[in-house]
Amino acid sequence: MDTVSAPGTAPAPAPARPRVGVVKFASCDGCQLSILDLERELLEVAAHFDIVEFPEASSARSDGPYDVLFVEGSISTPEQAEQIADLRGRAKLLVTIGACATAGGIQALRNWADHDAWRAAVYARPEVVSSLATATPIADHVRVDAELRGCPIGIGQLRELLTALILGRRPEVRDEAVCAECKRRGAVCVMVATGTPCLGPVTQGGCGALCPRWGRGCYGCFGPREAANAQSLAGWFVGAGRDEPDVGRLFAGFTAWAEPFRTMVTELGGARGAEGTRGERE
Amino acid sequence: MTTPDGRPGPSGTRPGAPVPGTPIPGAPSSDGDERRFDVAYITRVEGEGSLRLRLRGTEVVEARLGIFEAPRYFEQLVVGRTPDEVVDIVARICGICPVAYQMSAVHAFEAAFGIEIDPAVRALRRLLYCGEWIQSHALHVYLLHAPDFLGYPSAIALAADHREVVERGLAVKKVGNRIISILGARSIHPVSVRVGGFSRVPRRAELDALRGPLAEAIEGARETVAMVAGFRAPEFEREPMLVSLRHPSEYPFNEGRIVSSDGLDLPLDRWDDAFEEHHVEYSNALHARTTDGRVYLLGPAARITLAGDTLHPVAAEALAASGLRDAIRTNAFWSIAARAIELLHACAEALDIVEAYRPPAEPRVAWTPRPGRGAWATEAPRGLLFHRYEVDERGFVSAAQIVPPTSQNQGAIEQDLALFAPSVLSLPHEEATLRLEQLIRSYDPCISCATHFLDLTIERE
Repeated sequence: MDTVSAPGTAPAPAPARPRVGVVKFASCDGCQLSILDLERELLEVAAHFDIVEFPEASSARSDGPYDVLFVEGSISTPEQAEQIADLRGRAKLLVTIGACATAGGIQALRNWADHDAWRAAVYARPEVVSSLATATPIADHVRVDAELRGCPIGIGQLRELLTALILGRRPEVRDEAVCAECKRRGAVCVMVATGTPCLGPVTQGGCGALCPRWGRGCYGCFGPREAANAQSLAGWFVGAGRDEPDVGRLFAGFTAWAEPFRTMVTELGGARGAEGTRGERE
Repeated sequence: MTTPDGRPGPSGTRPGAPVPGTPIPGAPSSDGDERRFDVAYITRVEGEGSLRLRLRGTEVVEARLGIFEAPRYFEQLVVGRTPDEVVDIVARICGICPVAYQMSAVHAFEAAFGIEIDPAVRALRRLLYCGEWIQSHALHVYLLHAPDFLGYPSAIALAADHREVVERGLAVKKVGNRIISILGARSIHPVSVRVGGFSRVPRRAELDALRGPLAEAIEGARETVAMVAGFRAPEFEREPMLVSLRHPSEYPFNEGRIVSSDGLDLPLDRWDDAFEEHHVEYSNALHARTTDGRVYLLGPAARITLAGDTLHPVAAEALAASGLRDAIRTNAFWSIAARAIELLHACAEALDIVEAYRPPAEPRVAWTPRPGRGAWATEAPRGLLFHRYEVDERGFVSAAQIVPPTSQNQGAIEQDLALFAPSVLSLPHEEATLRLEQLIRSYDPCISCATHFLDLTIERE
């Protein structure tokens, strides 16, 4: 059995370590958990950074200033909109982590719906529940210096970002579609082999093409890659005989509010309140 | 974090947290002979919650676990979606226990459509749940809860003095994550769970790679039980109503019946026959009660008390050796021991499943949707998680109810806070507040989970 004693005199922290904060807004906590999922490397990270604010993991708290602030979650209440503006002023570098912070997350599906009706339908006293009509990414509210995509973020990209911060260089994140990762790993293309719809051609890589390698289509959780031609891909799906709302639902996932996925949902339907502007839905 | 006069300290200004010094709406202000404990942002829990406790003398006049985590409307988001889409969506309710949401949902749909899954798929789902329990329990025991018992603000601070302890916890946790990743591609929000089975099942060799790590994890979990059994828990005794699943021959994950310490025995799709949800205004999570208005407790302590006879022999032996079976039931602080015992159970059962594994003929069976109701409950790391879905003629979800364990535990947590608070009044304010926070952490509250909206069926006052 271990004998574990109360804290002794802790060594004085090296003054040069960057002060890091990890905070959250509307989210599942999964991206912060990814930091804890660094596991053995977590203690190495803790040696290079002074984690001054991380309420999920520590009761030691700090209001800043922060050299690096990791922000999880989307802005979905009036209080959060004020707080992110305040936090921006306390952070030298602000890094958004995950689909909620970078794209609004799954809760951004409410952006097409009648939010007040949802709230009133549910809560016996909706007036006491503080909630905005939209859930929006952090960059809609404040300047963002860097972002890590994904639902959740990829550990590899997190590791790369932390390493870059330690070394003071730019993080190297490949700008490529999931398809490129899929091909490099020699995975079977699910669209070619089984006709399964896949968002790989229009989705930012970084996950390692997990879904195709596990026998299903990509559902876009890393969000659209730059200049993605979602219109064309959607056209192929529709041309193959799928109903427009069925195609719209493919885009109505964890990064639905990011363009051009957003336009696909609005035009084709697939989210509640987005009935499709092409008029095919009953 | 509070100052001695009970007002939130400088770190009270946090995302989502109420502005320091601002009373929670509806709370009366304090007066002279009143003692007040406020924690504006409870740390080392998943999600955003606050505590308010007021006493006059030794009489508790208010005990509130406030939940200000922003609502995300999951029960509305899943309407109009296909069952497989719902399995992906509900995982996002919680980054710590996504498998639990996938399991309750997938079984609810399979019940609705009358799908029989392959026995090997059934075993893999138990293995997946073992992985989730391992990572979630190791996270809670080592990173969130142990620092309370050892007097540290965090596991990182703990590691500065006792690196080997934290490394052991992280090593065990990693094995849980590895199980989930092998089955589901990644440890958070795995992608392979599908109605009827999995999108892909592992080859034998992939699972064989877990044998060595699991054997080590069993040792690590044994040492965990021994370590926490040596902790000192604050004195606190009560007899809560306990509720869990129970299966005749297996420790409960995905099957069984709903049982309670006072004799309840229900099929697991009939949770709503005995329990119901209510909206209280200081919480964005609905509270659950029995239909006759009583609070109850779910989670590791409930499972060990109600289903301890089905623990893996390795875990049963460790429980007996710890001498903590009764204390786990009566003292909430000993939930850390219950979690450690279940950590050992999950590691031992996972190894058994790995050793016996034969891949199924097909990763999943074919199915066709049919209209109707599908409901199911499984045992999330934090306790019973109930899902109910209505499916329309076209196979889309038309209504959903999701009742997470923390939502159900809120009432019991508040009741326990009220029972426990008088015993800390002689302590300095800061220490008393820490004890109250430690008690809240004993339930491993998962606040992101608990914050959600019900559908139109909620009863209005």
